[in-house]
Amino acid sequence: MRDLSLHLLDLAENSVRAGASLVTIRVKVDERKWITLQLEDDGCGMDEALLARVMSPFGTTRTTRKVGLGIPLMAQNARLTGGDITLQSEVGKGTVLTATLDGNSIDCLPLGDLAGTVVTLVTANPYSPDFLLECTSPQGSMSFDTREVRQVLGDVGLNEPEISVWMLESIREELQPIFGGVIL
Amino acid sequence: MKSMAELEAIRQRTLQRINLRKEDEDKNIRVVIGMATCGIAAGARPVMMKFMEEINTRALSEVTVSQTGCIGMCRLEPMVDVYLPGQEKVTYVHMTPEKVGRVVAEHIVNGRPVTEYTIGAAEDK
Repeated sequence: MRDLSLHLLDLAENSVRAGASLVTIRVKVDERKWITLQLEDDGCGMDEALLARVMSPFGTTRTTRKVGLGIPLMAQNARLTGGDITLQSEVGKGTVLTATLDGNSIDCLPLGDLAGTVVTLVTANPYSPDFLLECTSPQGSMSFDTREVRQVLGDVGLNEPEISVWMLESIREELQPIFGGVIL
Repeated sequence: MKSMAELEAIRQRTLQRINLRKEDEDKNIRVVIGMATCGIAAGARPVMMKFMEEINTRALSEVTVSQTGCIGMCRLEPMVDVYLPGQEKVTYVHMTPEKVGRVVAEHIVNGRPVTEYTIGAAEDK
């Protein structure tokens, strides 16, 4: 993975598969430049046995192969900076994944295109779940909620190209003052 | 957030487009992009964004874009399948945003697959 937004895209797909109705993506950068990425869903959750297994590259629910790299790769990239990853989950309630990274570290990946991540998720899952993006930095904060978009659009799927482009531009516009203008 | 009024206008245009698509169901074109961990790591997301932009600029109402998981050929990602009505699917491999423009113009609009980007061409090397 080349940047953190791609990690979020990859991990959020797990929440979709867990049958969540709302997936919340939080990105926070504090004054010391530490980055907190949080992914919260109200999907089916995991029991303790599965929770222990998903941290390992050799733990996966898929049946076609014996490896699953999404969470292990995120964990590796967090630990390379001196940060860490935690997973809390309750069966029937949902899962919260939190990764912390030291943004000062030379090994810290750039944030990447968060707007692209959200729009890709929405386009892949045009009718459900809903996605909520919340971003905070010392420069300010923003949120983007697909439930608000859905209210205006009614039963139009969110994967129509013109809607995707609108969402992309609108999220980028709001993120720019918070995280700066560089999109890799 | 950009103005919600703008979104309302988009909704009206989109509804028209959806109706057009329903009338011409046998003309519908599908673009399917591989978006598992392997696809994402290889750069599938910018490819998908480029497809969305191209389809939007050219107002191709008969095209829908969707995603699929890993199909086991991770070394060829990002992969894109294009389904034209009445034709066999065409699989493009090692896609980049730069290649998307040609695929849209030559294959989706004009019906001629870009042979050099297909899985057949990649496997012959």
